[in-house]
Amino acid sequence: MSKHAVIYKNETNEKTMKFLARFVKRVNSNPPGVCPLSVQLSFLQSARSQSCGKCVPCRDGLSRVEDMMRSIVEGRAGEKDLEDMVRLCHMIEDTADCAIGYEAARIVLESVEQFRDEYMSHIRDQRCLDEVGHTVPCITYCPAHVDVPNYIALIGEHRYADAINCIRIENPFPTACAFICEHPCEKKCRRDILDSPINIRGLKKFAVDSVAADQVKCPEALPATGKNIAVVGGGPSGLTAAYYLSLMGHHVVIFEQRDHLGGMLRYGIPNYRLPKDRLEQDINAILSTGNIEVRLNTEIPKDLSMQQIEAEYDAIYLAIGAQGGKHVDIPGADASGVYSAVDILGRIGRGDVPDFSGKRVVVIGGGNVAMDACRSAIRCKADEVTIVYRRRQVDMTALPSEIQGAIEEGVELLTMNAPRSIRVNEHNEVTGFEVQPQIVSAYVAGRPAVSDADLERRVIGCDVVLLAIGQDILSSPFSDYDVNPHRKTFETLNTTRLKSYEKIFAGGDCVFGPSTVIKAIGAGKVAALNIDSSLGYDHEIRGNIDYPKPKENDRTHIGRVHLTDRPARERKKNFEPVENGMTYDEAMQECRKCLRCDHFGCGGLQ
Amino acid sequence: MDMQINEKTEGQMKNGTVTLTIDGTCIRASEKDTILTAAQANGIQIPHLCFLKGINEISSCKVCVVEVEGQENLVASCTTTVREGMKVFTSSPKARYARRMNTQLLLSKHDSNCNICLRSGTCQLEKIVKEQSINSQLYQNTSSKEAWNDDFPLIRDSSKCIRCMRCVHICDKIQGCGIWKLEHRGSEVFIGLEREKSIEETDCTLCGQCITHCPTGALRERDDIEKAYLALADPECITVAQIAPAVRSAWAEMVGDREGTLSEGQMVAVLKRLGFDYVLDTVFTADLTIMEEGNELLALLEKKDPEDTMPLFTSCCPGWVSYLTKKHPELLPKLSTAKSPQQMFGALIKTCFAQKIGADPKKICSVSIMPCTAKKREALQPGMDASGQRDVDIVLTSRELLRMVKASNIVPQALPSLPFDDPMGSGTGAGVIFGVTGGVMEAALRTAYAVMTGKEAPDDAFRIVRDERSGRDEALRIGSRREAEFDLSGRILKTCTVSGLKYAQEMIDDLLSGRASYDFVEVMACPGGCVGGGGQPVAEGEELAPGRGEVLYRLDQKRTKRRSHENAQVLQLYEEYLENPLSEKAERLLHCEHLPYLINDPDRFTSGFSEM
Repeated sequence: MSKHAVIYKNETNEKTMKFLARFVKRVNSNPPGVCPLSVQLSFLQSARSQSCGKCVPCRDGLSRVEDMMRSIVEGRAGEKDLEDMVRLCHMIEDTADCAIGYEAARIVLESVEQFRDEYMSHIRDQRCLDEVGHTVPCITYCPAHVDVPNYIALIGEHRYADAINCIRIENPFPTACAFICEHPCEKKCRRDILDSPINIRGLKKFAVDSVAADQVKCPEALPATGKNIAVVGGGPSGLTAAYYLSLMGHHVVIFEQRDHLGGMLRYGIPNYRLPKDRLEQDINAILSTGNIEVRLNTEIPKDLSMQQIEAEYDAIYLAIGAQGGKHVDIPGADASGVYSAVDILGRIGRGDVPDFSGKRVVVIGGGNVAMDACRSAIRCKADEVTIVYRRRQVDMTALPSEIQGAIEEGVELLTMNAPRSIRVNEHNEVTGFEVQPQIVSAYVAGRPAVSDADLERRVIGCDVVLLAIGQDILSSPFSDYDVNPHRKTFETLNTTRLKSYEKIFAGGDCVFGPSTVIKAIGAGKVAALNIDSSLGYDHEIRGNIDYPKPKENDRTHIGRVHLTDRPARERKKNFEPVENGMTYDEAMQECRKCLRCDHFGCGGLQ
Repeated sequence: MDMQINEKTEGQMKNGTVTLTIDGTCIRASEKDTILTAAQANGIQIPHLCFLKGINEISSCKVCVVEVEGQENLVASCTTTVREGMKVFTSSPKARYARRMNTQLLLSKHDSNCNICLRSGTCQLEKIVKEQSINSQLYQNTSSKEAWNDDFPLIRDSSKCIRCMRCVHICDKIQGCGIWKLEHRGSEVFIGLEREKSIEETDCTLCGQCITHCPTGALRERDDIEKAYLALADPECITVAQIAPAVRSAWAEMVGDREGTLSEGQMVAVLKRLGFDYVLDTVFTADLTIMEEGNELLALLEKKDPEDTMPLFTSCCPGWVSYLTKKHPELLPKLSTAKSPQQMFGALIKTCFAQKIGADPKKICSVSIMPCTAKKREALQPGMDASGQRDVDIVLTSRELLRMVKASNIVPQALPSLPFDDPMGSGTGAGVIFGVTGGVMEAALRTAYAVMTGKEAPDDAFRIVRDERSGRDEALRIGSRREAEFDLSGRILKTCTVSGLKYAQEMIDDLLSGRASYDFVEVMACPGGCVGGGGQPVAEGEELAPGRGEVLYRLDQKRTKRRSHENAQVLQLYEEYLENPLSEKAERLLHCEHLPYLINDPDRFTSGFSEM
């Protein structure tokens, strides 16, 4: 046989890679609660098998590290053994020839730094730390801890209304989340061990498309408590808190500075992703609980001071979001034609759609807001839309599907270019955008940094610049209330209560910075529960749903149903929703794939 | 001439020279040097283990790691090239710790029962452990011993293998045989044979290079000392020893006699003290080989078509003969039919010599002392029983002889020299240089010249085959191939001299493809020839073949008779016993037919030769 071949093919390698792909899936769907040290142990076993066997530190050293790690995991090791292991790892890091050896040692060393408590627990107490223990992945990774397996089971039995109510036990925004949730529940779905994660958001969408959320009756509110609670901000977090407080029998007043409820769901997320009429369905359902009074167009402190609210209400939940668009400090940033993306999206949300006909638009940023801005600009009839981003496309924080959607609709991505200045004419109108090409470099804080490349700057001709480089929390009116002067966020305990105020709580973007809607919802619910107990109650939210009995696992490998979009050339002409739902057959197939981790496996222990 | 070479070297150095410091000492080195070679050239020692220049440069053991200023990781000094301004620290705490830990990791899979290991004292791992004052094992020992046929002349103890891959590379890269393979992967890697084969079933030529290059006692020859002692102790048994030329070069090392003059006589005295009844010199049959093989060559040349590119191959190296048998049986007819000097002597000892001393050949135990492991097998090959029984009974390597001397508490320096026994104890300088690559060729040329021209060539007329001009040390280390042409009375003789089997294969490839054409080709399996033989003593980290070759050339120079056809005893043997070279009797005793037999027939390694 010849030593030379055009195509390298080795059947064993190919078969091994196929098995490894499944191994990778298993690693990817690592269940929450696995002991981080046993993860290290299995990692070392893999590393050892990858050693070519040439050099001693890797070949013989890694198996010794594995022995040591095993003795730590099994509680047979002392502190000196840990020290010895660290020293051996340093030696392997220093002398192994290739990445198989030195990077394995580095990873172990990093684990010792990051999991020192866990190591010490194994050494001193011969067991894992208390918080280590298996939980159901989708429920755990959902910040609102929605009971995913049960609502999937309900959908599978065509009980869509019950499914919606099941979701509402933890999350009063089934519709909004059906459209735009980033679905962390799917991230570690155990189904990925077999084929791929269940399309949980798609199923939720199927449920709310089958029965409108405001047609599903919410549970009856509990008897009135006579307590008055103020919620500042009518976005997802404030509305969530209001919903549960209302169900608990408390009287809630929502102070909203704009003329409609919904916050960023209305004013930040374009209609084509979350149609306003569908958002209305969730809001209607929330308000239907009866104990919620809404005061629109009420701004603090202009219309009402915090002191007044403090005096009048038994508890306060601050959920003011992150409403301000960040500005860049580059020459020309004050030119006419430069807008904050948040402001433009807010205008569009109010129905004030700008006309960009004949204009070239540059969008700065790589997050979801940048994608919303550029896709909206397309719908505002812009001639050209270009995204300018300092890093690479893979570094963009926007959802890949959003980036893909933008590209399909004709947006140009100009990556690896940093903003330098905005060029203006004599009337201070934007004429161009100057960028400096970048080169990707070493990792800083977990992602590759960029720096100026040795290349000429260039100017992109444009008439409009939309800045989507982050959002500010407009917390200055509340500066006496535990606001971090640097980050402008409220500082709270993990119960959402402000650090130095007994009855003031805060949550959502104004606490952890601009983030996902489901995190804001989760915070609103936690706030409601803690406000309730701070008032001396212990109300429980129940659904009174009769859940179906779990069915046996369907172990057949079945492909994941992906939601499709309307054709780009049609959808980009207007703000109508872009995403198509699942068909009935698709939804039922996807439901059948649920492995019911709440029942089989660790779920059965709880 | 020498001056010119030096100047040129100096000039090259100036262009590509860098300055660096090692442990604070400022040194200059060629930009192509590694840290290790630069350090060694300046008298700075860096411990190393797996490294073998040109053979095993894989930085596997990481014992030679050093710290370089400004660099976070340590570097292997054996494979890292020097840089201008480099600051190297060979013994920084980090470097010392890494060296120690890697040594401990090696020890964890090495059977450290050193007091019963033959390599104790020359073991490189032992040396490194001692240097670092390591006095306990840090990790649990997980060495394991695999089954092995202890009757085979090459013995492997897997529990001592440190998987440095030297054997793998010497066998593959230098000898082109590839007997040793990497088995398993990852941390379970070990050295094994071709899949599903035992050592007898492989193409092992038994050159023994893996033994002499193993840093530990994982590889060694079958120990036949005890059998020799039994024969010596048997009053009925007449023990006759023959000593190969190259053995005396190693002997010189052992007694610290670099000149190698006194030692020949001492060697005889020691063997007599050990109890051998007769001590003969294989140099005698080396001269005889020249007479037989030389005449074979001359007869061949006479009828050779000038268009015929195929040469006569020498047959005195059993490693080479078995290589050709296995890889190119179609070329066996080109091999000289002359037996090796060992086997010629074996046949003569139990016939002619037995008659001379009036002994029953059945009572003679013929023991040869060889620099070679393949000779242990050659003695057992089919056809090596011209005397009616095994011509050679016991083959001891140089190492075994030295061990016997130690075991018998003999101090060689204290013994007066004794001559070899007559009438087969004398040899010419031509026979002596058989032990070094090019020696057989040079000896043959000395005699062929005389026969074809009718006059004697001046001394050292053929030293060109020694190839002294370029990189001889290198050639003796990893083998070489040299070509030459000689005008013998109008007949141009094209020769090729090869050592190292990889070069032999290249030579064969060139012959078969028509790229080369020779009349006479000398092949020695071991790089440098028998002086670098697989049975020679090991001085770890040092290649001794070059120095040993010098010993033999000096002995040659001091001999009054330096041409095989001048050996009076050889001539007497023809006159009294063999008649003429290539006579019927000579053919029967001194020649054999080369057949494509199984080189490692398992049947030959089952009984009777097992160690005691």
